[in-house]
Amino acid sequence: MRPLLLLPEIVLFVGGLAVLLGGSFLPRTRQWVTRVIAGVASVVAAVLGAVAMSGTSTTAMEGTFIVDTTTGVARLVAALGALVVLALAADEIDASPRESEAYALLLFSTAGTLVLAGADDLLVVAVGFLLASVPLYGLIGITGTALGAEAAMKTYLLGALLGILLLAGITLLYGVAATTSYAELTDRLAEAPTGVVAAGLVGVLGGLMFKAGGVPGHFWVPDAAQGAGGAVAAFLTTVPKIGAVIAVYRLVSVLPGTLAWPALVAALAVASMTLGNLAAYGQTDPRRLLGWSTVSQVGYLLVPVAVAGRSDLALPSLLLYLAGYTVTNLAAFAVTTALPTGRELAAYRGMARSYPWLGAALAVALLGLLGTPPTVVFVGKLTITAAAWDAGYAWLGVLALLNTLVSLFYYLRWIAALYAHPTGQLPETRAPLSWSRTAALVTAALSVLLGIGAGPLWTILA
Amino acid sequence: MLSLIIFLPLLGAVALVVIPRLDGAAARWLWVVVAAADLALVTGLWLAYEPPGAGRLAFEERARWIPGVDSSYHVGVDGLSLPLMAMTAVIFLACAVFALRDQDRPRTRAALFLFLQSVSLGLFAAADLILFFLFFDLSIVGMYFVIAGWGHGDRGRSAMKFFLYTFLGSLSLLAGFIGLYVAAEPHTFDMVELAEQTPLDGSPTAGGLVLAAILLGLAVKTPTVPFHTWLPPAHTDAPAVGSAVLAGVLLKMGTYGFVRIAMPMLPEAWRAWAWVVLVVGIVSVVYGALVALAQTDLKRMIAYTSVNHMGYVVLAVGAAGILTEGTAQARSVAVTGAVTQMVSHGLITAALFLLVGVFWERAGTYDLGSYGGLAGPAPRLATLFALGAFASLGLPGLSGFIAEFQVFAGSIAVAPVTAIALVGLLLTAALFLRALQRLFSGPTDGASRGFGDLRPAELWSVAPLLALSLLIGVLPRPLLGVVEPAADLVVQLVGR
Repeated sequence: MRPLLLLPEIVLFVGGLAVLLGGSFLPRTRQWVTRVIAGVASVVAAVLGAVAMSGTSTTAMEGTFIVDTTTGVARLVAALGALVVLALAADEIDASPRESEAYALLLFSTAGTLVLAGADDLLVVAVGFLLASVPLYGLIGITGTALGAEAAMKTYLLGALLGILLLAGITLLYGVAATTSYAELTDRLAEAPTGVVAAGLVGVLGGLMFKAGGVPGHFWVPDAAQGAGGAVAAFLTTVPKIGAVIAVYRLVSVLPGTLAWPALVAALAVASMTLGNLAAYGQTDPRRLLGWSTVSQVGYLLVPVAVAGRSDLALPSLLLYLAGYTVTNLAAFAVTTALPTGRELAAYRGMARSYPWLGAALAVALLGLLGTPPTVVFVGKLTITAAAWDAGYAWLGVLALLNTLVSLFYYLRWIAALYAHPTGQLPETRAPLSWSRTAALVTAALSVLLGIGAGPLWTILA
Repeated sequence: MLSLIIFLPLLGAVALVVIPRLDGAAARWLWVVVAAADLALVTGLWLAYEPPGAGRLAFEERARWIPGVDSSYHVGVDGLSLPLMAMTAVIFLACAVFALRDQDRPRTRAALFLFLQSVSLGLFAAADLILFFLFFDLSIVGMYFVIAGWGHGDRGRSAMKFFLYTFLGSLSLLAGFIGLYVAAEPHTFDMVELAEQTPLDGSPTAGGLVLAAILLGLAVKTPTVPFHTWLPPAHTDAPAVGSAVLAGVLLKMGTYGFVRIAMPMLPEAWRAWAWVVLVVGIVSVVYGALVALAQTDLKRMIAYTSVNHMGYVVLAVGAAGILTEGTAQARSVAVTGAVTQMVSHGLITAALFLLVGVFWERAGTYDLGSYGGLAGPAPRLATLFALGAFASLGLPGLSGFIAEFQVFAGSIAVAPVTAIALVGLLLTAALFLRALQRLFSGPTDGASRGFGDLRPAELWSVAPLLALSLLIGVLPRPLLGVVEPAADLVVQLVGR
């Protein structure tokens, strides 16, 4: 069994329970205590995850959960990502009626993401999927606004549909392979009828694409990013992707060569990046714009997945991109929660003059998402393109670069507004909220520093 | 030493941003001091420089950056990069001096230009493709903010067009770089190793495609016809110092890429496609000159002469790829001319754009027809502008002549068809003389009335640039002595 190998996940889950119980005994004005508990749980999980990375790769729970570098990176990034989200929440939902519940759900969902990331068995994938998804439905609707309710409903319906598809896919694969363990799946599936394996794979991928927010499971992302609270939006566009994309990577790595899965994943990658970029183009709500932008980022994340096993660069570049994307995307969302009244791109006109540091953080985050050097996403984009090219998928790399060009339009539109002359009557804006502001500055700086320090980072990942 | 030169301006920029309560005047002087110190360092570098020999770089520095894809912080100089670094330092100092009187957010602007200076110097010193790309991209970002923040007219749109266009170029360049990386064995982004390996020799299709991607990226930045359409609006709406840096320094990044990356790393593909490059060069020369001739807007006119002048460089490097018996010497002369032209054009066009900025500052218009008889109220402006115009049209005794003479002497010997481009010389002469006549002669009228002559800051920024052009024109040896060995090497590498 060796349950201690799952200590980071356990810490997050138990932390969530403590927050939930503690919250019911605390008056509303002192709910911040639960935030501290949640923060401590995240930090402890991150530290434990980092410590576990120094060991060799091993499995727990009868070989159904794998603890290796990849799991370690996922733990570190997801836990620290959750910590940043808690900082954003400090401004937004401090002393609100559902504060401690929100933190508990955040921790549960993070734990679910990590279960997904470490899953070495199809049934564990299903468990991770549910543990990561169910709290999300609640989180999205927790603000109680009309848009939030609509987004929660949409997410729930799509999640239920694709979740069933995932379970059906697992059933099919189990049916032909007589096992759900990844260790035996390769050989068993090679002998199984290809059509059934393909159908099963499509089902599982569909469910995971819902979690990752990529085509075809992306419909809920822009609505949820717009309708949910800022902190929740920051969470759901970053942390769940970590588990989902890694789960896809692990799954395709054990598929037999009889199946043309690289073509399927490459097609999903191209569809995600293209659709996300084109749809983001016309948006005027900054969070909805970022929501579509995350759909396109999933497309880039799937590029190294499509060449899994064909290039030595695939796995390290995927992990680097995941870490870089998480940091950079959180920076962009942190700016939107620092200025909660600016729900239109027009409200950002001339913002950099009033708040130069926050403006710079947003510019760095947006240029980072675009893939401008020396931010870490650039290194990620460079290495995923190199990985695709190296594996003989030069066209996929070129399409990723072309999509980058398309994405320039909407990122630049926002940056242009930031530095434009303020015209006419400025909408009344309050000073940026301090926790979010700090989070934005720290994550934006981190995005640049990680890019400059990509060398040491790479040696950890490779 | 080299890293200090590259990052000293960046340190200055950081200081400008973080020092609290720095007033405008202090910020402007800090900019001048940092730029002057950097120029002093580059001068020291030049004095200590010895040609490093084949496959080597002087003042080399190397540190691990992304070992997973064998990309490192690798910088060094040779006869191709050193003159451009010196020119960069000179132009940025001139801009700092020129902007001494400008009150428009001086602190941010000084920081932005110092950032751009670091980026430009870094690009010319880079010996790693990813490092090169990093600086290439950051130069776009920096210049975008210069145009969008301090420009005039329809600057938002012009800046956006500039960004989109050159970003397309940079992505194409990146695709080409990755192609080189994947083809190399072992995989590397190191320029010196790639030039040694020439990984795509022997595979004409892949080599051609990678070269096409790199050429597209460089052609957009240079810019050559037909990728030049971003240049006129960007120049027209940029502030004077922004235009000076854009035309003087940033355009050279494109042409520098030809001699630094495309020719040494893809010699076989370069030889196969040299005719295309040559023709694009000729078309750029003639078309740029013709369109410039048709302009009524002074700044647009000078912008189009940049297309024309960069055309000479493209033509020369194209000619260097055409191997005919017994022309090695001529090809080497052409490449020397191309590098000299980069330096010369940088100095002259920066001076002209700064002077054009004076027109805008005094009268708020670039329209040639609005002026007349300016020589009366503004004799110093008239003198310097005339000197700049003569230098630009290639009058002997000035740097433009040295450069263009070598370009043609080399190219015509290799490919007589390049003589067509001589028309460009004639046309530029015509358009500059016409502009001089319309601006400065005749009765003092229209916007010329009450036109103030050059102030000290304006004079002392422009005059040194033109003095350097004159110096190179009269005493070219110190420059050519540095460039020639490197040009010989490039020609050898292409001839492999």
